[in-house]
Amino acid sequence: MSTHLAAVGFPESALVQVIKALVIFAFVLQVVPLILLFERKALGRFQARIGPNRVGPYGLMQPLADVLKLLSKEQFTPATAVPWMMALAPAISIFTAVATLAIIPFGDTRKHALFGADYGLYGIDVSIGILWAFAFGALAFYGLMLGGWASGSKYSFLGAMRSAAQLISYEVSLALALLGVVITAGSLSLTEIVNGQGHIWYIVPQFVGFLIFMVAGFAETNRPPFDLPEADAEIVAGYNTEFGGMRFGSFFMAEYINVIAISGIATAMFLGGWHGPGPGYLDPLWVILKMFFFIFVFVWVRATLPRLRYDQLMAFGWKVLLPLATLNALVTAIVVVATA
Amino acid sequence: MSPWDPGQDVIEVQRGPEPGGAAGAYRAFGETLRGLKTTMARVFEGPVTVEYPEEKTPVYPRFRGRHKLHRFEDTGLEKCVGCSLCAAACPAECIRVVASENTPEHQVSAGERYASVYEINMSRCIFCGYCEIACPFDAITMGNDYEMADYTRSDLIFTKEMLLADPIERTPLRREGE
Repeated sequence: MSTHLAAVGFPESALVQVIKALVIFAFVLQVVPLILLFERKALGRFQARIGPNRVGPYGLMQPLADVLKLLSKEQFTPATAVPWMMALAPAISIFTAVATLAIIPFGDTRKHALFGADYGLYGIDVSIGILWAFAFGALAFYGLMLGGWASGSKYSFLGAMRSAAQLISYEVSLALALLGVVITAGSLSLTEIVNGQGHIWYIVPQFVGFLIFMVAGFAETNRPPFDLPEADAEIVAGYNTEFGGMRFGSFFMAEYINVIAISGIATAMFLGGWHGPGPGYLDPLWVILKMFFFIFVFVWVRATLPRLRYDQLMAFGWKVLLPLATLNALVTAIVVVATA
Repeated sequence: MSPWDPGQDVIEVQRGPEPGGAAGAYRAFGETLRGLKTTMARVFEGPVTVEYPEEKTPVYPRFRGRHKLHRFEDTGLEKCVGCSLCAAACPAECIRVVASENTPEHQVSAGERYASVYEINMSRCIFCGYCEIACPFDAITMGNDYEMADYTRSDLIFTKEMLLADPIERTPLRREGE
């Protein structure tokens, strides 16, 4: 097992790991523009309009046009900026977002399934499990913070400060909300947690935890109604004000990858992951369908709720969500110990 | 002794419950669900978009669009006699009329004189319809055409020939009660 970089629950050969890493990255890169298009189309329907329909049939080529536009634009750097940090920040954002995606399970582990190799349908099944997601979620903040601070602009700086405060406030609630699931399942590993949901999905016993997780998840991904780091009405575009071209595109893509990641974690932790009717090879399909449901909810909420005021955001995070999440974890722990 | 009794003048202001606390969070949750229901209802209603260049919103019969100059249908003579009342009535001063005498060989209008030059500067016109009201012969009326965008200002000065001609593309008209 010395060949593995991280302590994993299910040993795989290095080749399988490399292939999985490539597949995940390629998959995400293809899916992000699709989600972008889906969001714009769905947002249009929610607002009783059609959405983009000019580029290609039904506007299907719109994301391609967007990406080409972003690629061909100038990488502008303000005179007050720190150029290498401005280049680094979007890379950090993308890296942490994709890394979070690695632990999302799309199916169970299989022995000698493909060309005699052992593999599991996930990026990596680290023994620290969900803590991996929190670790990279915490690192993701550096992307926003460096991006905002290195821009040398006051709007960027304000946006970065907001994202710092917001991420710190809501990460605690996010972790505590998932703690209930971890206690119930008795494992940190996402594959173990999904396997524990064979007879009942954790959304039923952990419904409060699910709601807290969703709310905190919206805040973690800087999605409306918690998109204060890039509140365009007040601070232009927040931390990515000074970013143009594909650097902006990277931040944008990281946001959507984070949405996918949060959807994936919610699927694995609360909606029973790959469990669903049908034969075993349909497992990834169920995961993708459930993730798509969450992505739809993300868009739905964006179409519905107005942005919170900054003090409301802070008060909600610390005074409502955190006590509720703590209570949820506490009650779960007591119930688990009492029934054990 | 009590001060002046306002009696019926008192207005009781109905206020909602104060925000905050557990009850406030509960209400906020309920209102959030109500909002989600509202947006979802829009999805099922379908979009209300009119995709403009392909489909045009029909205008009302009294819509004041681009002007039209008229001819008598039987003789083909122009109704305009070059009296310049429209130009006098125009608050934007965008109409220019130069009148000339009709001769038996060159009969343009039904009256003694005709408009040898009739120009409307559409970039100045405010589409008030005063010219239509001022005209004693119903020679000028407001049409339904509203697609007059152009690349240069000089192209927006409409000559008599342009105003006499039918619009290239007809604007859809709303029928009565539609």
